[in-house]
Amino acid sequence: MLVEKYPEEVKAIFAKYPVKRSAVMPLLYLAQREEGYIKKESMQEIAAMLELDVTEVAAIVGFYTMYHDEKAGKYRMQVCTDLPCALRGADKFLENLCENLGVKVGETTPDGLVTVESVMCLAACDKAPMFQLQDGDKVTYYENMTVDKTMELVEALKKAQE
Amino acid sequence: MTHILLRHRDIPDLKNIEVYKKNGGFASLKKAVTTMQPKQIVEEVKASGLRGRGGAGFPTGVKWSFLPDTIWPHYVVCNADESEPGTFKDREIMESNPYQFLEGVAISCFAVGAAEGYIYLRGEFYPLAQQLDACIAEMEKQGYLGGKLFGTEASIRLKTHLGAGAYICGEETALLESLEGKRGQPRLRPPFPAVYGLYGKPTVVNNVETLTNLPYIIEHGAAGFRQFGTEKSPGTKIFSLSGNVERPGNYELPLGTTFRELIFTHGGGIPDGRKVRAIMPAGASSSIIRVDDETFDKVMDTPMDYENVQAVGSLLGSASVIIIDDTHTMAWVIAKTIEFFKHESCGKCTPCRDGNYWMLHLTQRIHKGQASENDIKVLDSVAAQVYGKCLCALGDFSTMAVRSAIERFPEDFDKKVKA
Repeated sequence: MLVEKYPEEVKAIFAKYPVKRSAVMPLLYLAQREEGYIKKESMQEIAAMLELDVTEVAAIVGFYTMYHDEKAGKYRMQVCTDLPCALRGADKFLENLCENLGVKVGETTPDGLVTVESVMCLAACDKAPMFQLQDGDKVTYYENMTVDKTMELVEALKKAQE
Repeated sequence: MTHILLRHRDIPDLKNIEVYKKNGGFASLKKAVTTMQPKQIVEEVKASGLRGRGGAGFPTGVKWSFLPDTIWPHYVVCNADESEPGTFKDREIMESNPYQFLEGVAISCFAVGAAEGYIYLRGEFYPLAQQLDACIAEMEKQGYLGGKLFGTEASIRLKTHLGAGAYICGEETALLESLEGKRGQPRLRPPFPAVYGLYGKPTVVNNVETLTNLPYIIEHGAAGFRQFGTEKSPGTKIFSLSGNVERPGNYELPLGTTFRELIFTHGGGIPDGRKVRAIMPAGASSSIIRVDDETFDKVMDTPMDYENVQAVGSLLGSASVIIIDDTHTMAWVIAKTIEFFKHESCGKCTPCRDGNYWMLHLTQRIHKGQASENDIKVLDSVAAQVYGKCLCALGDFSTMAVRSAIERFPEDFDKKVKA
């Protein structure tokens, strides 16, 4: 239960808005923090807190691309392949990265560490190739990347896991 | 020139509140709250000619004056959803010059009588939201936000809100829906947000860069602001330069600076001795400007302001200038832009939702060289049927690159038709 796990944060979220429905997005991030995806039970709990139908909450999860309702790798490596990044070699970068990791776009490495995804513009067009690493409710940008640098990062993430 | 918005490039560590204060920080907010009437500020901003930097270029002061005095409370919502492919200016402002930005938000709150302001950031800006939260807490601690501001009755509180990955939330009514805890889908207008905005109350929605101009306008007055830029497009603008240039990045320059100066003087020209073939001055939403031997000088000498970019067949928008060199075909470019719009269409209006689905199939088929001549006509016709038929501008935007590419680069499409 979110209320039991993060009582102070839940309270702070509710205090932020005059209408409680506005709390739905920050609450969903909270629900996603630990396992990187939002479980049915969490959606039910949030729906009950906000007096919404669970379908409405699920519709919000489905609408926004940063919410996930299925388990993936611990980290989602989301490479921007939009036009400005593509002009600076993002498509080739993604292809080579996938080859090096031995996965296709959308797949997870066998150790369950990284899911590679292709995403839309991340407001870092001048520093392509780039990607963001989504870890639960946290996001970190990695810019001006090469495949070698990315593989080093993956190694470091792997070590940190052990 | 010295910077007004990107001052952190001249003053190291400007994101430290003490450094910001030593460099005149919060003097404008204090001046506004303690010596000016809200209406006076609105008039000053109107006189400055400041136009919305999010893309539409609507006069900011005029927008503010639409809020009715009969319905309360009023809200200020800052649009920090920056998601147009090619735009990365608001991020730099908030990252490196956060207090000037927040001072601007606070001034706008005072000007329209809003006790609360929300800053809606795209979800990917999670670390930025954390930094802004810390800045807001520091401002409250030092008496630059909160109740009884500078000993007056004024009270201003600011809060951040994170989106979760949806380009459409940069559209102001979709943003308000999202902030209310719903799917980010645009509202039917009228009523406009100035009358019926956040929680059904009068609301001003302004872009980050727009608001960051306010401390300067309060300090130097409308005339001081007008010393930069042109008569109809005063002030400086941050141009986000990307694509095939030597030095991509943000450049703050007076409105009316030419493409030539931006691309060659600041951007260092095109790498590997290649040529500019096309320019998209307003990101993926642009009509594509054709550059060839015949039009090169005319395009390069065009001043980048709201009026003149229109004269060469495009729009300035948020000034996210994407440079495309002569190794790329427009068939590929529009396949890329449509992939974006197909993904980002919110699905509310049928022409945009289904139109982009069909445009995606057609542009990909054309790009792969599997199209018939008729496919290109169908693509143009689908785009024409999307344009002007949706609740918000996303539908229109999705057609800009497609239609201009077909019209202005016919040879790229002739080559793609299978024999």
